[in-house]
Amino acid sequence: MSTESMTAPAKDSASKKSSANSSFSRIAKYTAVRLVTMAITIAIGIYLTILIANMGGYVDTIMRNDIRESTTMAILANPQYRLLGTEEKHELIQKKIATEEKRLGLDQPFAVRSVRYLANGLTLRLGRSLHITSDHGSKEVRLILLERLPATLLMTGVSELMLFFGSILIALPLSRKYGSWFDKLTITLSPTSAAPAWFYGIFLILIFAAILKILPFGGLVDSPPPTNRLDYGLNVLKHLILPVVSVIISSIFISIYAWRTFFLIFSTEDYVEVAKAKGLPSRDVERRYILRPTLPNIITNFALLVIGLWTGFIILETVFVWPGLGITIYRAIGIYDTPVIVGSTIIYAYLLALTVFLLDFIYALVDPRVKVGAGSAQ
Amino acid sequence: MKAIKNTLREFLKYPSAIIGIGVILLLLGVSAYALATIPYKEAVRLWRGGEDVWYQNPKYAAPAWFNYFSKVKKPVSFKVNTLDGGIEKTVTVVNEHMDSVDMTYSFDYAYDAPPQEITLYFNTAFDQKLPFASIKWITPDGREIKISNMAVDRKVALRFSKDEKLQKSLKTERVMDALFYAPDSDSRKVVKGTYQLVITGTTFEDDSDINAEMVLHGDLYGLAGTDKYRRDLMLPMLYGTPIALAFGLVAALGTTLLTMIIAAIGTWYGGWVDELIQRITEINLVLPFLAILIMVGTFYSRSIWLMLGLTILLSIFGGGIKTYRAIFLQSKEASYIEAARAYGASSGRIIFTYLIPRMIPLLIPSLVSSVPSFVFLEASLAVLGLGDPLLPTWGKVINDASSDGALYRGLYYWVLEPAVLLMFTGLGFAMFGFALDRIFNPRLRDI
Repeated sequence: MSTESMTAPAKDSASKKSSANSSFSRIAKYTAVRLVTMAITIAIGIYLTILIANMGGYVDTIMRNDIRESTTMAILANPQYRLLGTEEKHELIQKKIATEEKRLGLDQPFAVRSVRYLANGLTLRLGRSLHITSDHGSKEVRLILLERLPATLLMTGVSELMLFFGSILIALPLSRKYGSWFDKLTITLSPTSAAPAWFYGIFLILIFAAILKILPFGGLVDSPPPTNRLDYGLNVLKHLILPVVSVIISSIFISIYAWRTFFLIFSTEDYVEVAKAKGLPSRDVERRYILRPTLPNIITNFALLVIGLWTGFIILETVFVWPGLGITIYRAIGIYDTPVIVGSTIIYAYLLALTVFLLDFIYALVDPRVKVGAGSAQ
Repeated sequence: MKAIKNTLREFLKYPSAIIGIGVILLLLGVSAYALATIPYKEAVRLWRGGEDVWYQNPKYAAPAWFNYFSKVKKPVSFKVNTLDGGIEKTVTVVNEHMDSVDMTYSFDYAYDAPPQEITLYFNTAFDQKLPFASIKWITPDGREIKISNMAVDRKVALRFSKDEKLQKSLKTERVMDALFYAPDSDSRKVVKGTYQLVITGTTFEDDSDINAEMVLHGDLYGLAGTDKYRRDLMLPMLYGTPIALAFGLVAALGTTLLTMIIAAIGTWYGGWVDELIQRITEINLVLPFLAILIMVGTFYSRSIWLMLGLTILLSIFGGGIKTYRAIFLQSKEASYIEAARAYGASSGRIIFTYLIPRMIPLLIPSLVSSVPSFVFLEASLAVLGLGDPLLPTWGKVINDASSDGALYRGLYYWVLEPAVLLMFTGLGFAMFGFALDRIFNPRLRDI
């Protein structure tokens, strides 16, 4: 059970300084500080990714391919050079490539170049893929990956939100009835969360698609997709059921268990006892005296869960043939499409950082200490 | 001593702990058996050997024990050989150059369907003159079917279904049906009973010899079945166990111990060391773990040991550091640490003999509970096609199966066998770790 808090020192120091400001500027400042630290963190993370990728000179290869393709295309398409012979054209192309490589600094030492790669990565200039194309036929890695992002976000968003609210809604009443058979059942079942979502996905496909034949094996929509917009939506929902259910099965019991235990620890606090003694209805006690003060920790836990799930979706998408980022990586591995692999690693780094940041931001919103520090009344 | 006894007594109160321990011991036993019976090189050869090693097995065969649960008994594959005495072989001298080699094999066939294929592999030794063999098939109801008369070269395979002469003489392309079904009935019923394969060979030289191997490809094979390359799945099931355990245990141990040591050092020295560790943890949180593993696997090496090292390296600065840090911050102020400081203990001594040992009760449950995630990580990498290229692992079997569409084609055993083993391992460690957590964390004991 991880109840550790992701206390950012930046926040602590910031909260001490300005006690006179309104809570809005407090949060704004906090956000700004977080944003800067996060940007630095992302930069370092992407730099490390580039270092790992370029241990064998692979980023260089991406760049060189890019140059070769664009120069060759430019010369072949240029009517000025049409009259040249093949030999001469070839020579010209080689010369141009050499100049271009020099211009882009491929002859410089790696330490210098890596900084530029970092800038490229941060601005999402991810180069061109070797084989994979986007649905519109583009070979820009950025376009390929951004095109796949919505599908991934749909699946992750739906499953994570359901997981989050589902487990809290179940855990909260459960913490009051601990020792009941349902409570014991949850405890007994929580070791099942040792297996990742794709693993349950295989079983679900086996049962609901292969044997019962009531749900599709995978994919985003039927082929051909329904033309009607409503039917399309329903069809996507139908395809969404199995992946989402497998994510939920793989994590729900452990998170219910963790939060139940957490609530239990908090519900023995004195102020909860006082609230109970005052005769407040149990709903109010739950909401105001248990849920409210534990919210920051809940969000922290959720952040860690989401971070864990992000990369897990690579395999889940593969198992369910879900046309998202993950399956693109999987295909890229299969045909050694280096730019796509490096590019998606960078996109994942961004997604992780954004998740951390977003949850940190929510954290700041719900953390009572931030508001108390601002001196504003309830 | 008493503490251990108490812990043990506490331990026995949790059925999940007993089940977990049982599972772990069983897995350890299987690993020991696998490593003792199949040496590493042999495992790699059997797994990567190619058709030469696997030709005796049928493709996509389900495990033989499927017959116990099914009304229709499907044929089980087998192979017999003259060399190991499986086929009876008698050599009689005809004259000074000629020998007659008689080989007969009788077997009971009580299945409800004919086999996929019967193949005879001949292995002969001669100098100039090819030996000759005539092959006969005798059904339980006494019919005698001539299979082939042929001169046998050094290495010859006779596939009954593919043999055109045999197809012609039986007047059907479905040779197996003709050999096993009752001749006059339209009901297509297999004649059950003792079949006999009689090979009468003649050699024409002094040192000439004939050996034969009969391979029957049924629908079922062995304890675990086979995959699309005819490989016996028993091998990855057995040999995957020590690999999964080694990966899981080493990764869990390495990660937890190193995390703890780093957390202890950070808290003890404080200041910029602590700050640095905190920052690294935050950066590590943003690094896409699986994506980096994939990148390294694609670009450099898919060796399981490299993956293991990288996994540990990327996991040590995980969320655990914060948990441990919080606890170390408390125990740093404890009076026994102060006492140690007073007598002049060095920082290293305090960290490794005072701070860390106190944490071991907390360490053990999280260590055990983190084993399954690493076992599944190995499987996940294999499912992505980044499994070790040489070793037979559970994940690799799932990968082969899913890339061959096993679920679409109803070859459920192929996916379920490794999946059940993975689940079994994961649950065993998770249940054990769970019980340990409740025993060692008194805070959780009552709730």
